[in-house]
Amino acid sequence: MSDQPILRIDDLHKKYQQTEVIKGISFDVQEKEVVVIIGPSGTGKSTLLRCINLLTRPDQGRIWLEDLEITAPHTNVDKVRQRIGMVFQEFNLFNHMTALQNVTIGMTKVLKMDREEAHKQGMWELERVGLVDRADHYPAQLSGGQKQRVAIARALGMNPHIMLFDEPTSALDPELIGEVLSVMQKLAREGMTMLVVSHEMGFAREVSNRIIFMESGYIVEQGSPNKLFYNPEFERTRSFLGKISELYGENQESKG
Amino acid sequence: MEFLQDLWLLIQYLLAGTGVTLGVTVIALTTGFLVGVLLATGRVYGSPALSAFTAIYSLVIRAVPVIVVIFILYFVIARFVDLSPFLSGSIALGIASSAYQSEVFRGAIISVPQGQMLAARAVGMSRIAAIRYIILPQALRLAIPPWSNEAAIVLKDSSLVYVIGVAEILRRAEYVSARTLEPFLAFGAAALIYFLLTFLTNRGLDWLERRYRLLM
Repeated sequence: MSDQPILRIDDLHKKYQQTEVIKGISFDVQEKEVVVIIGPSGTGKSTLLRCINLLTRPDQGRIWLEDLEITAPHTNVDKVRQRIGMVFQEFNLFNHMTALQNVTIGMTKVLKMDREEAHKQGMWELERVGLVDRADHYPAQLSGGQKQRVAIARALGMNPHIMLFDEPTSALDPELIGEVLSVMQKLAREGMTMLVVSHEMGFAREVSNRIIFMESGYIVEQGSPNKLFYNPEFERTRSFLGKISELYGENQESKG
Repeated sequence: MEFLQDLWLLIQYLLAGTGVTLGVTVIALTTGFLVGVLLATGRVYGSPALSAFTAIYSLVIRAVPVIVVIFILYFVIARFVDLSPFLSGSIALGIASSAYQSEVFRGAIISVPQGQMLAARAVGMSRIAAIRYIILPQALRLAIPPWSNEAAIVLKDSSLVYVIGVAEILRRAEYVSARTLEPFLAFGAAALIYFLLTFLTNRGLDWLERRYRLLM
């Protein structure tokens, strides 16, 4: 593992009109690290992820992706986004395309891969998320969990250096959460660098290397799952984790 | 027997005009489609200046009677550019239709969920690629039902070009009426042809809509 982080964020600020959503956030993500961001809703977690792949332009602060400062003026944002996989809470699969086409469209139109190669690679990505048999289905014919797995395959198809997950299971029925989490767990085992906004405490505890607790635009506390769950520095962290564990359950296995 | 023979002659005569009517309609709808899609895309995704221009274009064109657009093109513009009555009429109808079609497509583009654009950008597509591969293919499908309404209107409005002497169905029906003094027969037959054309067009578009229905 090299010393250079994959992602480095330095003093990030973002304002919407008068409201400051992110008030100075700095942290690094190392290669193969799985970092989970938790915190109450409206604390700027999603905004933070969107700033990282420049879907939202930060007002202040700098972001590096490996050795490239992506917040520098005249950065080619399309090139930057090719290296960052993004998975949305609402899946956002392309409605007019089959599962396979969803995965291959980026390969053919952005990476300029030829069709045959894209088809092969696309099937392989669907295999990775266990959905080869759904390749010809349209999003409307898939369950929520299957949609999200296709969305993960679509992001993986671009060979990203880091994957961002924005509450990937929050729009799912409880019985469908497990299949998505186990795909993510598999990715983590394969060494994918991941930054995950989630309330899934089981996933955070068992899969992540580090948890970042965010509240009202700041990082309150960060550290290993053990530290945050059993020995947090701040009372606020303890009470939030207590509440959320009660709601979502601590144990991932119980969800299958 | 003689009546039937006359009727057959009448229908043959009007059918010759049907080709002209279809020609005007197809040119007008195609022009309106191409310009309309561009206008709608500019309206939704363009700079504030472009967006304002397309809005004003749409507002002005829709406020002017189609027949006035036809007169302007034929009596003013066709004096400087070599345009036949047929082409003047077709293009004038196309310009008028482009304003209505731009509203149809604007509505369709807006009703494509916002997450589609986000997801397209997130896989590294440029804005233009996202519009071309993700937004428009969905918007065009959503636009088929309102568009078939516009197609029926343009088909019938194509009769307006008779005022600048294009020998389409209505113009020919008028000739027949003047010659035979049988207006009911002449215009009745014209109405029947318009009905059949509109009916078939709508059936065709219904089929297209079912074939490309967007499941969401």
